[in-house]
Amino acid sequence: MNKHQNNRAGIRAWLNPWRYGIERFAYWLMRITGIGLLIYFIIHIYETSSILEGKEIWNKMLDLTQTTEGHIILILVIGMATFHTINGIRIMLGHGGIGIGNASRPDYPYIPKSQNMKNKLCIYASVGLAALAMLYGAEVMFGE
Amino acid sequence: MIRESTIMKIHYATALGSVALVVIHILFRFTQNFHDSLKFENVLINYSLLPYSILLELILILISIHGFNGLRIILLELNQGKNYETLVTYSCLASMIALITYGSRTILMASMGMI
Amino acid sequence: MAAIKIPANNRNIANEIVDRPKNKILFRVAKFNPRVDTHTKYVDYDIEYDHWNTVLDALLTIKHNLDPSLALRYSCRQAACGSCGMIINGKPALACFTKINELGSDLVKIEPMSNFPILRDLAVDFTQMFDAHKKLKPYIIRSDSEISSSDETKEFIQDPSSVEKYIQFANCIKCGLCNSACPTMATDSLFFGPQALTQAYRYLTDSRDQGKNTRLKIIDDRHGIWRCHFAGSCSKVCPKGVDPAMGIQFLRGYLLGFRD
Repeated sequence: MNKHQNNRAGIRAWLNPWRYGIERFAYWLMRITGIGLLIYFIIHIYETSSILEGKEIWNKMLDLTQTTEGHIILILVIGMATFHTINGIRIMLGHGGIGIGNASRPDYPYIPKSQNMKNKLCIYASVGLAALAMLYGAEVMFGE
Repeated sequence: MIRESTIMKIHYATALGSVALVVIHILFRFTQNFHDSLKFENVLINYSLLPYSILLELILILISIHGFNGLRIILLELNQGKNYETLVTYSCLASMIALITYGSRTILMASMGMI
Repeated sequence: MAAIKIPANNRNIANEIVDRPKNKILFRVAKFNPRVDTHTKYVDYDIEYDHWNTVLDALLTIKHNLDPSLALRYSCRQAACGSCGMIINGKPALACFTKINELGSDLVKIEPMSNFPILRDLAVDFTQMFDAHKKLKPYIIRSDSEISSSDETKEFIQDPSSVEKYIQFANCIKCGLCNSACPTMATDSLFFGPQALTQAYRYLTDSRDQGKNTRLKIIDDRHGIWRCHFAGSCSKVCPKGVDPAMGIQFLRGYLLGFRD
């Protein structure tokens, strides 16, 4: 069976966050922020290891990272970490069956209870708090 | 072979643990002016505090486990096949161990003043 | 003989509906025959429809009048059999349960359900979904039976509250829309899929069932329940209110120790 006949939606189904509501957007953002944070974490371990090379190399590393671009990246990391944390807690609770409603005889128009307002609000809050954290981070880094 | 449920319980536990510890780590940047806190001497003082070094080591371990397991999950969903899955699993494990070793070296040497 | 007298104003409404000019719409239908084609081609059909027509009505009009080679699967025309699932304007839906005028578009793009191999045009192969479904033992597992060796038969009595626990999930018509919307199914060919996992929960939560541990062992797999990330797209497209995302999370609750 060739790939075309196989008809899997493929990675483009991951990359399109707009088709199935805010929950799918949260799924997409969770993945993106997870990958972003892992990349940052590896770079962070590398950059901090320069402390072993002495003051001169450490300062050179600071000159490289404590720039406008470096600060913007750090602000993005703050946003990613905040969203990943709060949405991660929502997902963890959901995975345990907490906060997703109770099973009952479904009635038309069949609005899924697992996608209830609590979950939606939590996603909005994760995005909102991530934005606030980024603003605070920007204030700390650029405001001094 | 570890059961997938055990791996995922570790995934959740490392997530919660790292959140708590990273908060403390970030708060350390606010004990003084952010830019001052990154000065060579101040960072060395941080490392010289044993509880802080232990905190850094724990963060390193927890996030490495969580991050590389997350990467493993994404890669396992991306493609399938026995050889591919074995390669992904062991590559993620090796990368995790390598990163923990590399980061631990920094923490250990800096905390012991071997600079 | 009793006669029913239709009020004059009602007759006018009836005439109005019948005489109403038909609407026109463009249907763009995916056509792919694996024996001949290498890629899907899209064929456009201009059709007329009445405001009560469904997408299935339109496809059958195309098949009967414009293109008899169009392959599609359908049966009940009332969202009970789960045969006519397809991608309608980018979203998985039942053709018989989707009215054309509710789509709010001048163009209706019809494609086969994604994540299912194409048999031809809009007809897809359900083998993998049914295999996963069977693998999770979609039946009551018990050591005893209603029919005993003696002449007496017995009943496994359930109270209404026990039925409420699983009846929502028993609504599944195996249409495959949830599997088509699932982002994991899009790339993971070994994932059980939301349909099968939800049915595992449906039987596991049945008070007559004793197969909990058997099923939990099966789903605790590298491509099992842990590959669900609660994106909820399955629940969004379910035409019967099954809410697979809820069933799957409840099922996972057993493995995480939140339920027993």
